[in-house]
Amino acid sequence: MPLLRVDDVVVQFGGVTAVNHANFQVEEGTVTGLIGPNGAGKTTCFNVITGLQAPTAGRVFLDGKDITRMPVHRRARHGMGRTFQRLEAFGSLTVEDNVRVALDVHNGFRGLLRDVDGSADLEIAALLDRVGILEYAEERADSVPTGTARLLEVARALACDPRLLLLDEPSSGLDEAETKAFGSLLLELAAEGRTILMVEHDMDLVLRVCHGIHVLDFGSIIAEGTPAEIRTNPVVQKAYLGYSDDSSAADLDETIAAPVSEEVAL
Amino acid sequence: MSEFISYTIIGIFTGAAYAIAASGLVLTYSTTRVFNIAHGAVGMVFAFVYWDFSVRQGFPVWISLILVLFVAAPLFGVFVQRVLARGLGSAPVSVSLVVTVGLLVGLIGVATQIWPPEARTLPQFFHGHLIRVGSVVITWQELITVTLSIVVAMSLYVLLTMTRIGTAMRASVDNPELLQLYGGRPQVVAALAWAVGSSLAALAGILLAPVVGLQYYDLTLLVISAYAAAMLGRLTSLPMTYVGAMALGIGQSYVVGYLQNIPFSDKVPGLPAVIPTVFLFAILVLLPQAPLRIGQVKGMVSAPVPSLGKAARWGTLLVVLVLFISVGMPDSKLLLVGTAATYAIVMLSLVLLTGYGGYVSLAQFTFAGVGAVAYSKVDQPNLFGLLVAVLIAAAVGAVVAIPVLRLTGLYLALATLAFAQLMDKLVFQASFAFKFDNPLHAERLSIFGVKVDGTGSYAVVMTVFFVLIAMVVLAVRRGRLGRILIAVRDSPAAAGTLGIDMRWLRVGLFAASAGIAGLAGALFAGLRGTIVAFDFQFFASLLLLLMAVVWGVTSVTGAAIGGIFLMYLPVAQSDNPSIAGLLFLLLGVGAVILARDPNGLANKLFQIPGWIQDSVYPAIVRRFPAMAMNKESGYDDPASLEEVDADAVAAR
Amino acid sequence: MSVPILEVVDLHAAYGRIEVLRGVDLTVPRGAVVALLGPNGAGKSTLLKVISGQMEQTSGDIHLSGVHVSGAKPDDLARVGLTTVPEGRSVFPNLTVEENLLLMSYAGVSADKVYDTAYSYFPRLYERAFQLAGTLSGGEQQMLAMARALSSDPALLLLDELSMGLAPLIVDELYDTVVQIADSGVSILVVEQFARTALEVADYAAVMTGGRIVATGEPDEINEIMADVILGGAA
Repeated sequence: MPLLRVDDVVVQFGGVTAVNHANFQVEEGTVTGLIGPNGAGKTTCFNVITGLQAPTAGRVFLDGKDITRMPVHRRARHGMGRTFQRLEAFGSLTVEDNVRVALDVHNGFRGLLRDVDGSADLEIAALLDRVGILEYAEERADSVPTGTARLLEVARALACDPRLLLLDEPSSGLDEAETKAFGSLLLELAAEGRTILMVEHDMDLVLRVCHGIHVLDFGSIIAEGTPAEIRTNPVVQKAYLGYSDDSSAADLDETIAAPVSEEVAL
Repeated sequence: MSEFISYTIIGIFTGAAYAIAASGLVLTYSTTRVFNIAHGAVGMVFAFVYWDFSVRQGFPVWISLILVLFVAAPLFGVFVQRVLARGLGSAPVSVSLVVTVGLLVGLIGVATQIWPPEARTLPQFFHGHLIRVGSVVITWQELITVTLSIVVAMSLYVLLTMTRIGTAMRASVDNPELLQLYGGRPQVVAALAWAVGSSLAALAGILLAPVVGLQYYDLTLLVISAYAAAMLGRLTSLPMTYVGAMALGIGQSYVVGYLQNIPFSDKVPGLPAVIPTVFLFAILVLLPQAPLRIGQVKGMVSAPVPSLGKAARWGTLLVVLVLFISVGMPDSKLLLVGTAATYAIVMLSLVLLTGYGGYVSLAQFTFAGVGAVAYSKVDQPNLFGLLVAVLIAAAVGAVVAIPVLRLTGLYLALATLAFAQLMDKLVFQASFAFKFDNPLHAERLSIFGVKVDGTGSYAVVMTVFFVLIAMVVLAVRRGRLGRILIAVRDSPAAAGTLGIDMRWLRVGLFAASAGIAGLAGALFAGLRGTIVAFDFQFFASLLLLLMAVVWGVTSVTGAAIGGIFLMYLPVAQSDNPSIAGLLFLLLGVGAVILARDPNGLANKLFQIPGWIQDSVYPAIVRRFPAMAMNKESGYDDPASLEEVDADAVAAR
Repeated sequence: MSVPILEVVDLHAAYGRIEVLRGVDLTVPRGAVVALLGPNGAGKSTLLKVISGQMEQTSGDIHLSGVHVSGAKPDDLARVGLTTVPEGRSVFPNLTVEENLLLMSYAGVSADKVYDTAYSYFPRLYERAFQLAGTLSGGEQQMLAMARALSSDPALLLLDELSMGLAPLIVDELYDTVVQIADSGVSILVVEQFARTALEVADYAAVMTGGRIVATGEPDEINEIMADVILGGAA
């Protein structure tokens, strides 16, 4: 059973359809890419999955459970975490306090003891170190560089020990070396059994770390497959580059019908 | 039957006046995203201006009307848009609320300054002439009002749908940036919206003043009826606003009319006045859930949070100071010291709610009143009685917050203002509270069996309470709860995705804040011995908010200083009655200027040591090198000392 | 050589602390169509925002026909002949088609002339004159947006992601209109993800990544490197 299933979701704003009968699923323990041109509806999909946007139609399942109407904070308690495309760090708190808030919320009353014995501090330091921003721990979150703030959002989400982590353009603002390290971190997280769904424009990163890729265009999934399949897929090239050469219809059908089970076999 | 018809006619008249007021409010809000709490106050001031022209100066009615509706009011609207409201649409809602509350208080100040309290009457149009249709009698005032409401509705329809600028007004609701790319000027559109809104407020004020009286506060509170009506159209739909206004006007008229036939109705004399509030809460409960805001608020510069040790030292100092000055002070002055402590504690409740939480309440004194009444009624002048008063006030706070659980901060603030009015007019007047403005009695507090009898010692005890609560508030700020509050304020969307349930957090925060205000009220009751409903009027809550914003709503220091000034305000007004209104105006202007910086003047004080260290001290050293202190005596930063030396060298 | 219609010199811009433009140099010759290409997040839309006055640069200069225009407001620029069609929904969804057209007359052309131009180019809009723009199909909405480019008689036209969310057939149709506008002598800067579509109509092209222009040249030269830039060098 897939960990996440997006079932025929439609989102309309006024007269505009942002997501148009999107269907896809994410298998447990994989890194999955959600790619597509600007305005394809990727972030809106994320908002529907995390509960920040109610869909006009369709349903979302987490681990087989229908969560379409579940409030945002309860989804978090069911193991869902996310980062944002437009940064949403808590600007007036320090970097470490950003993570501490997440940890406090996650641990609830149990966490009070950990504050006393100091293990919370160690855990925060470990999380910041893991994403590589420990040196910024005591700076205010609104004064750190973009890339650092993005990584902070990842650390903050990880503090809640999510099963499913949704990352919205995590690499923008990172330099080449940071992106490389970040890719390795994603693979590590997947190896730990976490599931990652990522909207990302850095195709190098997507092709390197994703086990499977879904391509969204006009609010619908137009292709899915392994990185190798996606890269050579004419439908995808057309969506991204506006190819007007005639790719054979047979090719299209094959790609779209590519079974999901194949894409996760690494 | 004729009874029914005449109630309906009165209702239609009231509804028509509400519709005129509400459509102005909606036009301004939907075009500029600034909710003008002062809408009723604008109507009030222009009703006075109209009175001045037509009655005092004796201008013909029609000239006065033209001067007010087409010259003075629109110009005022443009002035407000240009000077006060610019850029407010994209600011946090707490800022635009504070600015318009500042405008409200300032306008009341202007009105009391120019037209000091005295009996004034504004005659109805064609007073004395009646129209009879069968057995039904209609006044010209009613007929004109209903006619004008239709004219206003039609004019707005023509403006919004048949003119380019009206079309641009509707366009700028959706997307002012795009309008600018089209070559339209959103600033002009906004100015027009404010001009028309202000004119409609003036018209509503002029039409209602002969009926409700030429009063500062009653006309100002017209805004509650207006936004209750507008709420039906979610503050944006004009047709629904008209429906809401009519429903409200007619409903209110029936309640007033038929209530006299119902036994015991004389027990609730304030009921008709609170129909808009009840109507408002009913609609609030029915409104759908607001989505969480995505889009981070830029991290606010927060006032420094002192360590608890430092806070304790300053607190002790404050208590010793009060102890010292209270020796030999007459009781009348000591009462003022106690009052300042009361106000400072109420301000602490705002530090928690507004400074840390980002929510605005316009009813903190009402909660204080709840605490005071509870303390007096429970009649246990000890810590237990105090605790009961706090819990009751907190429970009432939660009750106010729960209906607006799912809505945004604007609705919460509007609900608190409506609630304050409900308490003023209905609950505080009821037989279980002040019973028609009668004073209530309360004993001074006993702490563990020791009664604090002297006014001086009571003032000291109140200061101790202030210090203790300030320490608690600071501890919350430093602790996990404080971090969560800041997180929710900075980014509700991210806080939600971490698993924070903002709805109950907000109810809890509101209850805690109301509880602190209730504590202040209870202590105040003990201080004074007798309390009256007037002590806890809604208007005091507005002054409190403004004073808190001026001195800094993010720090306990701001609360302490703000409390003293809020105490001093009525004293200064009664000492100098000739400038009483100006003081309100000054406070309003101060709040408007400082609203965009929630840290207020207190934060400027905190910057003084740094300023001395960075600017003044080097300047002194430059001039008098012998004054340079060595490290041990104050400077603990060798690097900056070296810089200073280098500067000193360079200066020669 | 005549003065270029648009000249951007060492332009820097940032959203708060996020620097998005890091020294952009770009020239649009008079009467030319320039395609600005590049992956998401490269800063293309930000560049258009700064040029159209919607956002302020942190440093650098913008010249329109040789006139220094940094700091001008978008409505002023619109009235002097800079027409910007921003990405996404660039019509007012809750106004009717005709009301949208009415607002286009702010650019200085009479409303009747706007109606004439719009309806003669796009008869479909005439059929839907009293329908809310938000209820139009995506393609029709974009036609409505293009009507502004056609009727406002611009000196310079900025087009941002014309094709976003549209079916390729409609995109082709819209680009036919772009060609018509270009033939009438209007200079156009077009930002596009559909690189090939844009390159077909462009005289010159520039590629942007990471807030800088990394390549400029004839459409054919640029065409060859686009797949690498957008779908990743690994290809």
